[in-house]
Amino acid sequence: MLKIFKNKSEDLPEFWQNYEAKFHEKLPTEIAETRFVVLDTETTGFDLKKDRMLSIGAVAINKKSIDVADGFEEYISQETFNPKTVKIHGIIQNERIETLTEEEAVKAFLKYIGNSVLVAHHAGFDIGMINQALFRMGLPKLKNKVLDTVNLYRGTRIISNLINIEKSYSLDEIAETYNIDIKDRHTAAGDAFITAIAFLTILGKLNTDRKLNLKKLFRY
Amino acid sequence: MKNTIASRIADFLKNYPPFNLLQKEDLLTISKQVKVKYLEKGKMLFAEGDIGHKRFYVVNKGAISLERINNDKRETIDKCDEGDIFGLRPLFAKENYLINAIADEETVLYAIPIKKFKPLSEENKEVGNFLIQSFASNTRNPYSEAHKGKLISDKEPEENQFKPNNNLFELQPAPVTRKVVMTSPETTIKTAAQLMSSKKVGSVLVVENNIPQGIVTDEDFRDMVATGTFGIETPISKIMASPVICYPQGLSIAQAQLTMMKHHINHICITEDGTPNTKVVGILSEHDIMVSEGHNPSVLMKAIQRSSSTNELKKIRHKITLLLRGFIDSNIPLNHISKIIFELNDATIKRIIERCIKKLPAPPPCDFTWISLGSQGRKEQLLQTDQDNALIFEDVPPEKLEETRAYFLELARKVNKRLNIIGYEYCPAEMMAKNPKYCLSLSEWKSQFTNWIIDPGNDEILLCSIFFDFDISYGNIKLSNELANHIFSLTKDNRKFYAVMGATALRNPSPLGFFRQFLVEEDGENKDYFDIKKRGITPITDAARLLILYHQVKNISNTAERFEKLAQLETNNKELFLACAYASKVLLKFRTKHGLENRNSGRFIDLENLGKEEKIKLKRCFKSIRQVQELIKYRFEVTPYI
Repeated sequence: MLKIFKNKSEDLPEFWQNYEAKFHEKLPTEIAETRFVVLDTETTGFDLKKDRMLSIGAVAINKKSIDVADGFEEYISQETFNPKTVKIHGIIQNERIETLTEEEAVKAFLKYIGNSVLVAHHAGFDIGMINQALFRMGLPKLKNKVLDTVNLYRGTRIISNLINIEKSYSLDEIAETYNIDIKDRHTAAGDAFITAIAFLTILGKLNTDRKLNLKKLFRY
Repeated sequence: MKNTIASRIADFLKNYPPFNLLQKEDLLTISKQVKVKYLEKGKMLFAEGDIGHKRFYVVNKGAISLERINNDKRETIDKCDEGDIFGLRPLFAKENYLINAIADEETVLYAIPIKKFKPLSEENKEVGNFLIQSFASNTRNPYSEAHKGKLISDKEPEENQFKPNNNLFELQPAPVTRKVVMTSPETTIKTAAQLMSSKKVGSVLVVENNIPQGIVTDEDFRDMVATGTFGIETPISKIMASPVICYPQGLSIAQAQLTMMKHHINHICITEDGTPNTKVVGILSEHDIMVSEGHNPSVLMKAIQRSSSTNELKKIRHKITLLLRGFIDSNIPLNHISKIIFELNDATIKRIIERCIKKLPAPPPCDFTWISLGSQGRKEQLLQTDQDNALIFEDVPPEKLEETRAYFLELARKVNKRLNIIGYEYCPAEMMAKNPKYCLSLSEWKSQFTNWIIDPGNDEILLCSIFFDFDISYGNIKLSNELANHIFSLTKDNRKFYAVMGATALRNPSPLGFFRQFLVEEDGENKDYFDIKKRGITPITDAARLLILYHQVKNISNTAERFEKLAQLETNNKELFLACAYASKVLLKFRTKHGLENRNSGRFIDLENLGKEEKIKLKRCFKSIRQVQELIKYRFEVTPYI
């Protein structure tokens, strides 16, 4: 028990300390100056404890543009057999994609995200998955601020009794509304890209008074 | 590292020149460096005089308008659609931008770094040639041979450089249709005629292994079949004109027109090498040239009815907007404008529904009506705004009900999506036929209205006011008429309902303040702007709707027409109603004009920029609104407490 109350960073590995150190910097206030990392994970299922990540895909938004060069796409090798992994194994073998262990992938991901604001659709799940992986490595949870496109999208809807405002919108519904191509649906990077375009569109819709800043975004 | 996103971008780019000329690996390398930008409608990407960005742009989705300011007026030079590149020339020439680039609608752009692209264009001769030609001819897709050999750095005289399409029209490449309707020589005349009528074309190309053998046009059927010379079971080869006049790609409009005149033909076949011995790549018709030239309503109407893709309809929509702008600029009476634009909108909706029905695996299981609501229903939708629509289908046995609804929901989903693509935003209140709440059978609709009218709360009145202004866009008019009759039987002498409707019509009181100044919005994003919709158009529309319902007049949904009808019905109020009819037209014109100028819905007006004359005109309208509101207050005994 005592260990928890000790100064953690001394015991934790160097890569974690480097990650943590980036949070000494303050986040910018303007959206245009903020680096957002839009991410998605493919998993073996929806159980945070039992299921595992198969891949992590992400793309960064700098200066309100999706920066393809600043992307992340890693596939994770599986220790135990799970029928749901067969399909992705097929892809990995056919295209000779290199895989990383979960630990390596998470390590690379921490380095990639730094203190950026994370964006995901149903963010709770993806962040939960990564936190579980961190937990298995004996590390604390992610420290980044998180935005969920489900909530942001809801903020673009009008307030009216005629529509169900509490509804939880799927990525497919949002893509349909914004007319976004959904060809790569259900690959982590493909979904991250769709989410990123949706995110930029939502920013445009929320910014009707041209005064939208980072702080206001977290209120949705 | 695998890069799914870059591959996705490369997949898009490879369909468009000059990227289709690049090696696969090179294209992927470039795609990895792309930045994806989102622009809101009306947002400026760069302005005349700005220093060149480090990247040029490809439109992924949406449209960019390239404009120049000429004598304080904005002149559209070019419009870039999906796959078009722009903003490249200044980067090569190391100049500042000479034009403005503005998002004409919500747009997604791929920004490509010139640093990565330039070396490739220098290594790859084909790419280089493409660019030289496109810079020199100032067309985005220059297969025009006439311009070959000019250098990038060649600065053209000012007046040549920016001429909008119409001036250099004859030199533009002629529009070639790639989807050619073709048949084999053995086909019977009957089958060929059936093919032509199903594709709605005036000619069919007769080919063998894609090599053109002959061409048959409507005229041949008249001259050789209808006269009895040939029976309808005769092979088509007997009546075809042969050989076919063929040309290679890159024909200019002037060349095409001359060729057609010389040979007395309406169609030119485009083959790989321009002789009748190689494969067909497309066909060029006199009609298509006319369409590309014309912003005239009848040509546009024909183009709508013949359109075979949503993209084509979207391009026609742009032309309709140009037409509208021309009408407004030349001060044509609004009655006339709204009628023409309404007809074109209506034809567009009909065409989309027609095409979507064909896309479904089965024909509709029963009769249905597609109704347009709100401003399109009132024939007042001049600018493209939101889409509001609903669907009524015939009553079916209860066990078939959900199955039938599922069919129509699928149809509606397709139609709503396509309307969205061509520029009608989804209704934020989800008042669209794809919403199961508004895709109902006739009896479901009837009970829906019964509920709304018997117990009218605020939401119900809002729904009524939207649904009372409907216009049938497609399908069986009996269904919508029956629903209208039902509504009238419910509202007849229903004083309670009128009183609530009346209160709604008065919820936005006279827009003039005590000292006759305009009331502007006090907070929110449009602070200090005048909301012409809320304070002008809505009150007058509400008043017309209530009064016409009171008189039980069917099938007039246009506000001005409603007031004109009311002037006939109530001669003692004739003057007021005619003034209201006039006011409704003035307000709509105001909004349209401002919407076109600012590329938005025209709803919020900056009073500072209004001339004195315009202000007086508006004030006169508001006087009429105030008077008609007074009338409603007394007639329907509206109490302020609802």
